[in-house]
Amino acid sequence: MNGQVLAPLPVLIPTIAAALTLFAGRRPRLQRTIAFLALAAVVAVCAALLYYADRDGTIAVQVGGWGQSVSGMGPLGITLVVDRLSAMMLLVSAIVLLAVVFYAIGQGIRDGDEHQPVSIFLPTYLVLSAGVCTAFLAGDLFNLFVGFEVLLAASFVLLTIGASTERVRAGIAYVMVSMVSSLIFLIGIALIYAATGTLNMAELSVRLDGVPAGTRTALFAVLIVAFGIKAAVFPLSAWLPDSYPTAPAPVTAVFAGLLTKVGVYAIIRAHSLLFPGGAMDRIMLVAALLTMLVGIFGAIAQSDIKRLLSFTLVSHIGYMVFGISLSSALGMAGAIYYVAHHIVVQTTLFLVVGLIERQAGASTLQRLGGLAAASPLLALVFFVPALNLGGIPPFSGFIGKVALLEAGSQDGSVLAWMLVGGSVVTSLLTLYVMARVWTKAFWRPRADAPEGNLSAASPSALLNDTEDVAYADRDDVGRMPVGMLIPTGALIAVGLTLTVLAGPIFAYTERAADEVLDRGHYISAVLGEVR
Amino acid sequence: MTYLVPLVLIGGLISAGVYLLLDRNLTRMLLGLLLAGNGVNLLILMVGGPSGNPPIRGRTSDGETTTADPLAQGMILTAIVISMGIAAFVLALTYRSYRLSRAEEVANDAEDARVSKLSATALDEDRPEPDVRRDTDEPDELDALPGHEGSR
Repeated sequence: MNGQVLAPLPVLIPTIAAALTLFAGRRPRLQRTIAFLALAAVVAVCAALLYYADRDGTIAVQVGGWGQSVSGMGPLGITLVVDRLSAMMLLVSAIVLLAVVFYAIGQGIRDGDEHQPVSIFLPTYLVLSAGVCTAFLAGDLFNLFVGFEVLLAASFVLLTIGASTERVRAGIAYVMVSMVSSLIFLIGIALIYAATGTLNMAELSVRLDGVPAGTRTALFAVLIVAFGIKAAVFPLSAWLPDSYPTAPAPVTAVFAGLLTKVGVYAIIRAHSLLFPGGAMDRIMLVAALLTMLVGIFGAIAQSDIKRLLSFTLVSHIGYMVFGISLSSALGMAGAIYYVAHHIVVQTTLFLVVGLIERQAGASTLQRLGGLAAASPLLALVFFVPALNLGGIPPFSGFIGKVALLEAGSQDGSVLAWMLVGGSVVTSLLTLYVMARVWTKAFWRPRADAPEGNLSAASPSALLNDTEDVAYADRDDVGRMPVGMLIPTGALIAVGLTLTVLAGPIFAYTERAADEVLDRGHYISAVLGEVR
Repeated sequence: MTYLVPLVLIGGLISAGVYLLLDRNLTRMLLGLLLAGNGVNLLILMVGGPSGNPPIRGRTSDGETTTADPLAQGMILTAIVISMGIAAFVLALTYRSYRLSRAEEVANDAEDARVSKLSATALDEDRPEPDVRRDTDEPDELDALPGHEGSR
């Protein structure tokens, strides 16, 4: 039992489970059991992979044994690579995927989704999990593309589940933007293939060194545009707040946590493994600054909590791009830590919005009020991740931001200092936005809300087909099922673990960053010791 | 010359695709997506190098001395399959959209329009348009206890 055997499992297990859940479509209980057990197994595998990758160094698997069959050609088949960075991303994603599927199952059991045509939810969700894991494991660009496509195709179905008017409208825009970004990625793949004759990332990082600098920068720019759309970096981010909020709460939560971070991960790989040297750093720093500021200003204007959180999501992507484009070890370590923190905290907040919808029958601030009195537990569950997102010490958001600010001041250029200033302002504005949600939704009496008398008729599980009724007449909104509370609490605990174990975890991200910036480990693990 | 013709063709396909993608009509957007996708597929085929023998051991094509690059063709095949699946999904969405709204065009985001209509001074979602009695959102409200908001 070593890392080599385990590496393909995070893709295989969800794929097989997706097929099994499809067969079990008429037996919801069996379907839920399969999905939950599969994702729990993925968490265990990813934890083991993280242990092996940290202990033994980078693990590379040539799928089907199509390794060094032709001399000087590089690996011909699909390569899966687990280094510290991808192991960490895999583990955090697996934990989030498990928590969200628990939440969705809890919500479904409580709200009786046996009677709704949503037996497609769990299989699609498992395919999404497989796609996310493929993208993190991919050792060549085309496999990364396939991973993206798998997770995108699954996300299209999840986003438009139930196909109500609003979801179809949002879904069309989302599908079109995603496909355009995939096309740009494909153009980048074609051009890189033209320039080097390979797509294996390790082989590429060797061969791209021989490509003229101007061509290299042009290729890098194509990839950055493609990944920038997926990661929602500012000029390419407008699609995100438009499409995410319409989906059901667990779907939005997993999208917000994972899909943009897959884009960020791809940016890290392109920036450090394929095109080191920071040719685009200045542009990326400016984009990061604008992402932070535009995102958070957008959040201030919103009244629907889901939309508001989508804007903070865009805004905080800026922090990660900031850390990456500093091209320093500390910046990269900070960015990696921040990615882990942000996956957990953003997912938690979206799950909490699901609980708020459950408790109060609405997610817009125009209708919310008095939640702190109505449910102190809900208030606590919102308060902790909200402060965490705002970067209040001692939470993990603070640690990540401090690392990034330190890296920025170490860099010392004018642009880096502007980014440091922008980060602080964004952090304060995030806190302001969270405080606004807190005062409106939790502290003021519901009677003070302009539409506080209205509420959704019944709790919406996956389909949002409920209508508005008077607050007093609603039917069984109001209690939070234990099945939804447990995963939310568990994710809050994971977020707190990032604080409590910040020392070892940050040391791990520093090792991961060194490994990412060094490139030698990655290349020698994939190509063998010949070079 | 052998490179120029496909390049012009690719450029034409992608520009027509982008033009159609910018439309609001769903069918046109789908057609644009397919055109641009085919342009990119052609690009991949072109970067795979010149034509040659089929990449199967022992098979030759008339007068060819080199073997064609199988990888480029494999990638195109994958891309075609993916775009076919997505096209089917978009068609289903288009039909659904047509059934729901009798229109084939992408509508505006209602919430987005509402937020952008708020004036800069009244950037507060729960400010009721004519009725300022309820929640004026004065600064002192932030630290007021429930039920004791000073601004009211």
